[in-house]
Amino acid sequence: MSGPILCLERVKVTYDGMLVLDAPSFEIQEGQILAVIGPNGAGKSTLLRLLGLLEGPTEGRVLFRGQPVQSYGNLLAVRRRMASVFQEPLLTDGTVEANVALGLRLRRIDSVEVNRRVQEGMATLGIGHLAKRRTRTLSGGEAQRVSLARALVLDPEVFLLDEPFAALDPPTREGLLVDLKAILDKRRITTIFVTHDRNEALALSNQVAVMIGGRVLQIDMPERVFAEPLNEEVARFVGIETILRGHVQSVSQGLATVEVPGWALEVAAPLTPGERVLVCLRPEEITLFPRGATLTTSSARNQLYGRVIRHLPAGSTYRVTIDCGVLIVATVTRQSWEQLDLHDGAEVVAAFKATAPHVIHCA
Amino acid sequence: MELIWQGTKQAVLLLIHGDPEVLRIMLLSLQVSGTATLLSLLIGIPLGTILALSRFPGRGIAISLVNTGMGLPPVVVGLFVSIFLWRSGPLGFLELLYTPTAIVLAQLVIAGPVVTGLTVAAVQQLNPRLRMQLVGLGASRLQVVYLLLKEARLPLLAALMAGFGAVVSEIGASMMVGGNIYRQTRVLTTATVLETSRGNFDMAIALSLLLLLLTFGVNVTLTWIQQRGRTP
Repeated sequence: MSGPILCLERVKVTYDGMLVLDAPSFEIQEGQILAVIGPNGAGKSTLLRLLGLLEGPTEGRVLFRGQPVQSYGNLLAVRRRMASVFQEPLLTDGTVEANVALGLRLRRIDSVEVNRRVQEGMATLGIGHLAKRRTRTLSGGEAQRVSLARALVLDPEVFLLDEPFAALDPPTREGLLVDLKAILDKRRITTIFVTHDRNEALALSNQVAVMIGGRVLQIDMPERVFAEPLNEEVARFVGIETILRGHVQSVSQGLATVEVPGWALEVAAPLTPGERVLVCLRPEEITLFPRGATLTTSSARNQLYGRVIRHLPAGSTYRVTIDCGVLIVATVTRQSWEQLDLHDGAEVVAAFKATAPHVIHCA
Repeated sequence: MELIWQGTKQAVLLLIHGDPEVLRIMLLSLQVSGTATLLSLLIGIPLGTILALSRFPGRGIAISLVNTGMGLPPVVVGLFVSIFLWRSGPLGFLELLYTPTAIVLAQLVIAGPVVTGLTVAAVQQLNPRLRMQLVGLGASRLQVVYLLLKEARLPLLAALMAGFGAVVSEIGASMMVGGNIYRQTRVLTTATVLETSRGNFDMAIALSLLLLLLTFGVNVTLTWIQQRGRTP
């Protein structure tokens, strides 16, 4: 197996003395599609600019194919083996065709080859019919397709995308996401993709890195990052809203009893008595019943009594916050909400299986 | 009103008959102001681009100075260029005073800051992320500058028009460093003043109309170049 295509070694970036990126070690493997997710201001775009050689680190070094980028002598030559796409399409004034050809012309590739690759690139992104259109007449989605085509015709060894769908409306975003995924799957380009949208990361990537506060806190397969976050910050960012602090009281036959304020929870996880843990519950793992109703979910070993304190619409569901002594957030379909006659102030039972929680070991 | 009407009629006749002196004055104006504008572009565009794109201590002050220079009174420019070009001045050995070259130099001092200041504004009004995008597509430093200037070509043409407009219409500097010498340094503005002071209003109006026509012709051409292929 070949080494990483890009690597950061003991890299730090500071702006006006403020540390915005701290990456002791960070590697991108060939063919990897890495989504870098994190809240605004986490340092994602800085990381991307560093990997794209668009800015240098304050400390540490960037390696491309095992060699420090400075050792290539000509940074431009390394940069020309990559291509970047940003949130704004940033097209130049002119035709679509001329924009798609821009990077190739900068590399002084001969006209016949430029023309061939431009036609192919426009066809791949479904913008062949726009070839002669002026870029300022394009819609947001069309412009972003031109921007993607302009980068992809360069046949880059590393493809860097900084929130390319963030400014698009949901249907346009979805269409472009599907097309881009097909292209990346087919061409197996090493891709680093920055987003704050968890669903985009899940749809496009085969690895996810979670960045918070300038540090990469977890990097793993998307399913694992979302199901098994390594710490509380990652857990909160990947959508786990109920995080209960407790300690392991006892363990018997693979089932641990974890004491959280006011409750003893049964959790199926390899734990040691006395250990301090965080019990993480996704909203969709929790089922709600009106208090006094007969529970049909016999395997829900944990049943917490409480009162609904608020509910917020979220598409076809409600996000319901229940005060059980600890706050628990559950998702309920609108239909169930009405059928169960739930309302703010209603007394309910929040039930979940012993296998539902993800447990984070506290230091 | 009668005076203006008579003057205008005689002016049109002068123009139709192609008075050689009037034509000579017009060509010298075009040559001097055109050269000064061209030189101001050669200096102002690179300087303005550097000021717009680079970061260095004192950059803010430098831009403020350029912006102040955009409003330099031509008479003041004329005075200082004269002092420099006097026989006893630092550049006196060049013996340029009262030559068309002296007018070009003075007009360059007037148009230079206009072109530089408007170039700074033209480049700075571009999306700042465009520069990074171009680098991200593999553009070299020179290619980035070329593409940014190409993107800013509309406001840059406006800078060209403003620079030309500033020098073709000024009188103080041309009078002071050129001396308004017959058949040598007489340009449209200085000649208009002279003919007016002599009471030759037909000639003065003819020269004024020519100045307006010249400015209009140059600006129509530049506007056509600026606006072609653009729809509102």
